[in-house]
Amino acid sequence: MSPPGTAVAPLPTLSQPHPYPGKLIIVEGIDGSGKSTQLQLLEKWLAAKGFNVFFTEWNSSQLVRETTKRGKKSKALTPTTFSLLHATDFANRFYHDILPPLKAGMVVLADRYVYTAFARDAVRGVSRAWVRKLYNFAIQPDMAFYFKVPIEVAIDRLLGGTRAQLKYYEAGMDLGISQDLEESFRIFQSRILAEYEKIGDELGLITMDATKEIEEQQNVMRKLVSKALEDYKPKRGTHGRRETLFWRRFALPKPE
Amino acid sequence: MGDARRYFGDGLPYLSLNDLKGKLIAVEGTDGVGRSTHIALLQEWLEVQGYGVITTGWTRSNLMSKTIEVAKQGNILDRWSFSLLYATDFADRLEHQIIPAMRSGFIVLADRYVYTAFARDAVRSGDRGWIRDVFGFAVVPDLVFYLRIDVDTLALRVIESNGMNYWESGMDLKLGNDLYDSFKKYQSLLIEEFDKMTEEYSFEVVDARKPPEEIQEALRSRIEPLLKNGRPFPNPSSAS
Repeated sequence: MSPPGTAVAPLPTLSQPHPYPGKLIIVEGIDGSGKSTQLQLLEKWLAAKGFNVFFTEWNSSQLVRETTKRGKKSKALTPTTFSLLHATDFANRFYHDILPPLKAGMVVLADRYVYTAFARDAVRGVSRAWVRKLYNFAIQPDMAFYFKVPIEVAIDRLLGGTRAQLKYYEAGMDLGISQDLEESFRIFQSRILAEYEKIGDELGLITMDATKEIEEQQNVMRKLVSKALEDYKPKRGTHGRRETLFWRRFALPKPE
Repeated sequence: MGDARRYFGDGLPYLSLNDLKGKLIAVEGTDGVGRSTHIALLQEWLEVQGYGVITTGWTRSNLMSKTIEVAKQGNILDRWSFSLLYATDFADRLEHQIIPAMRSGFIVLADRYVYTAFARDAVRSGDRGWIRDVFGFAVVPDLVFYLRIDVDTLALRVIESNGMNYWESGMDLKLGNDLYDSFKKYQSLLIEEFDKMTEEYSFEVVDARKPPEEIQEALRSRIEPLLKNGRPFPNPSSAS
C-alpha cells in the first residue's frame, strides 16, 4: 500500500520481549477489581527490597489530563476521540515515563496498560483492529497481571468504598445502554470483562483471582514477581537506598 | 472517484456513511501556499450559487485546539504524541463538524486533511505505515487539491508575509543551524512527501506559483463537475 520508505530500525512490539535492562510489570482489570491496591503493595515490597521502582498510571499525563477532563465534563467525547485521547496520554507517558526508566534498568510498575484500551475501546464500538494498530509502538511487558473479579463484587467494592458514586464514562453512560447509572455500569463493565477474557490468553496475561483476600493475592503476586526477577540485577542507584544515605550523612564523620 | 463513500482504513464501525449527501473537498499543501485565501474565495463562489458550505481547519477543534497550543509551547519530542494529538483534533472535527454537515448536504472545504499528518509523521519517522493506520477512521474526500510550490519561492513568500516560525521550520528536528536553513530542509522534505502521495491518493495538483486568479479558476473548473454529477445533491434552485 504505502510507498517504500526510508529504512527504519523495527521498533520493539507487543509480541516480542523488549531489549531494555529494566523490567515492566503491569496490572489490568475492571474498576473495583483491586488491581491498584495490589500494585501499590507490590511497589512497597520492591522498594523495601532495594529495587529502583518507577510507578506510572493510566490517563495521568499532564498534557492530556485537562483535555480529557474537559471533554468528559461537557460529554463531548465520542468513542474515537475517547480512544485517541487515551492513546495520546499513553504515548506521552511511554516516551517520558516508561522508556527512560526501563533503559536505565529500573522496575517500572504500570497501573493499566494498552490492554485497557483494547478491552474498553472495543466495547465502546471502535474497530478492534484499529485500536491494536494505534498502540503499535508499545512494548511487551515482562509481566502482565489481570485481576479477574465478578461484576457484583466490583460494584460492591466501588459503592461501599471511598468512591461514593459511579462516574458517567466509567459507567459507559455515553453509550446509552441504560438511563440508570448502576445498571449501565453493570452492563458496560460486564462487556469489558468479556473482552478481557477474550484477549487474556492471546496476549499472555496472568489471571489473578481477585475475589481472594488482599494479602493472599499479594503473596501469589510476590512469588511470581520474585521468580521473574531472578535473573534481574538491579542497579544500585541512590534512589532505593535513600534511608541508608540519610543515616550515613549524619552518623558518620566526613571522609578525610 | 468511486461511487460509494468510504473510509481510509478500519473506519468508524458505529457510523454509516450511506446518508452523506454533501461533498468533501480538501486543500493540501505546505505552509504559506495560500490555502486559506483560496478556500475563502471558493466558499464565497459556492454560496453565491446557493450551496451550503462549511470550512474546517487543522487544529481548530473545540476539544483540542487549546491542548495543541499548550503542547507546542513545551516541546513534544516524540512523534507518537505529536501525531496522536492531531489525530484527536481531526476525529473531533470529523464527528462533530464534517460528517454532520455532509449528512445535511453541505459542501465541506477542509483546510489541510490527513495528508498533512501523513507527510509530517513520515518526515519525522521515515515510517509511513503507522500514521495511515491511525487515520484509518477518516473519510476519503471527493476531491483533494494539492497546491504545489517549490521551496525557494515558498521561502521568499513566507519571509514576506508572517516570517518563519519554529514549527513551520521543523526546528524540533534539528535539520539546520538556523531558522532559514531548517525551514528550507524541512519544507523540502514535506514537499517531497506530498509529491510521493500525489499518485497514491490521486491529488489534483495546482501550481501555487501562478497568479491567484488563475489558481482559483483551476480549482473552480475541477469542482464544477463534482456539483453536477455524483451523488444526490440539493439543487439550489428547486430546494425550498
